[in-house]
Amino acid sequence: MFHIFCPYCDERREEEEFHPNGQAHLVRPADPDSVSDEAWGDYLFFRDNPRGIHHEMWVHRLGCRKFFNITRDTTTYEILETYPMGEQPTITAETARVRHEQGVQTADGGWQTVGARPENSTLNEETPS
Amino acid sequence: MQRYSGFSLVKHALSHHENWQRHWRNPTPKKRYDVIIVGGGGHGLATAWYLAKEFGITNVAVIEKGWLGGGNTARNTTIVRSNYLWDEAAQLYNHSLDLWKGLSQDLNYNVMFSQRGVLNLAHTLQDMRDVQRRVNANRLNGIDSEVVTPDQIKEIEPALDTSKRARYPVMGASWQKSAGVARHDAVAWGYARGADSLGVDLLQNTEVTGFKIRDGKVFGVHTNRGDIEANTVGCVAAGNSGVLANMAGLKLPLESHPLQALVSEPLKPILNTVTMSNHVHGYVSQSDKGDLVIGAGIDGYLGYGQRGSFPTVEHTLQAIVEMFPMFSRVRMNRQWGGIVDTCPDACPILSKTKVKGLYFNCGWGTGGFKATPGSGHVFAASLAKGEMHPIAAPFSIDRFHTGALIDEHGAAGVAH
Repeated sequence: MFHIFCPYCDERREEEEFHPNGQAHLVRPADPDSVSDEAWGDYLFFRDNPRGIHHEMWVHRLGCRKFFNITRDTTTYEILETYPMGEQPTITAETARVRHEQGVQTADGGWQTVGARPENSTLNEETPS
Repeated sequence: MQRYSGFSLVKHALSHHENWQRHWRNPTPKKRYDVIIVGGGGHGLATAWYLAKEFGITNVAVIEKGWLGGGNTARNTTIVRSNYLWDEAAQLYNHSLDLWKGLSQDLNYNVMFSQRGVLNLAHTLQDMRDVQRRVNANRLNGIDSEVVTPDQIKEIEPALDTSKRARYPVMGASWQKSAGVARHDAVAWGYARGADSLGVDLLQNTEVTGFKIRDGKVFGVHTNRGDIEANTVGCVAAGNSGVLANMAGLKLPLESHPLQALVSEPLKPILNTVTMSNHVHGYVSQSDKGDLVIGAGIDGYLGYGQRGSFPTVEHTLQAIVEMFPMFSRVRMNRQWGGIVDTCPDACPILSKTKVKGLYFNCGWGTGGFKATPGSGHVFAASLAKGEMHPIAAPFSIDRFHTGALIDEHGAAGVAH
């Protein structure tokens, strides 16, 4: 069960209040009539589906009913950050890899960098979520 | 291969069943094969078996990163049916159903295929219209589907609540009598044993880490046990297909989701058939061992974790208790998740790719088990001839750019 931090309600709530809506940061072609079948098919159907860090859109459907984004690991299911629409993620696959190398695995399967290694002070700052 | 029969059972009883042959060898990888199958689940093993048996290609390796049939083959709810709406899908699943009927004999392995029928319930007027449309389409395709009334449903499945008191009263159903269930592990083991006996190398604990591609043509794979070469590579990796495709520089229109199932403690026989409800959103059958085998929708987010969330378990069991109030105090024994590779049109991808010699068989999503023999057969034919089998051809990956989708969301057991 996820406890998800809604950046609009400024509160951590249970998964049941939310609904996932797929990959975040998809950009609709500005002029759909002029794009090729290839580009239009890619926009409609092809998604990243990574095994690891994924940026995805969720909606707080039983709360404020607003959409926002989550950066989440699809293997450990750890939620790394939540951020409002229009913003860019601070954690990406690359920075998460560094975090993995410098962190320790917790008992529940997640990764923890806080307090793992004091010398990595920049990584030890609390993430917004 | 040591054949199984009543006689062999008696013979081995005399030596206390201690001298049975192993099901398959555990070979060392060769440097070169004619065909490599990536993924040792039901579909991959079936592909290898048909390649060897029907098309005489026995120099084949099945590369599996874990153990045989340890993924979705071991995690599904074992339902076999073919009542799909569109011609292309109906042909594919019906081809599979035909192969299921003789499978135990073909493999000399009891896959416990039991044609006990499938009910797809309708609870609203729109459900009924959909059921009638699908049944009519099925009958035009030669599938033994029919529309049944609540009274007939009561006769087929007395435990089901068909009363008017239900929150979503049952208005009717589609009924496919030739559908049923099979023993999922036995399917993988039977195909593996058969393929192995014909000379196929089953390489377990061997993980593909990359593809060897030159001039847009595949000529082998990198694995954690060294490089293995072949000019034809078929990927049948279900939830991890997208990860494999990335290694070859390709992208697939798939999203990998956890799909859960659970079984109860064993009960005395209570269910005659398989009951599915799209509207109430759950499905249940009873295994020969007696457990209720229960499933419902996917977890909505991407996940590779082979486990699901508790809210989904709760929704699933709410649906089962809505359909079968008498199960309200049955205790659940085990719960698990598999990673299903869902496709935007709820139909699989059986296709060539931009890389010559590299084929994908994936996107079966939430309903691949029923297709295991058919999928293996048409995919093997395609690999053997270098041209997609006529039944497989409409399932090309090109359809996501041409727009020739085969929308089977309505015929899925429950909406996903």
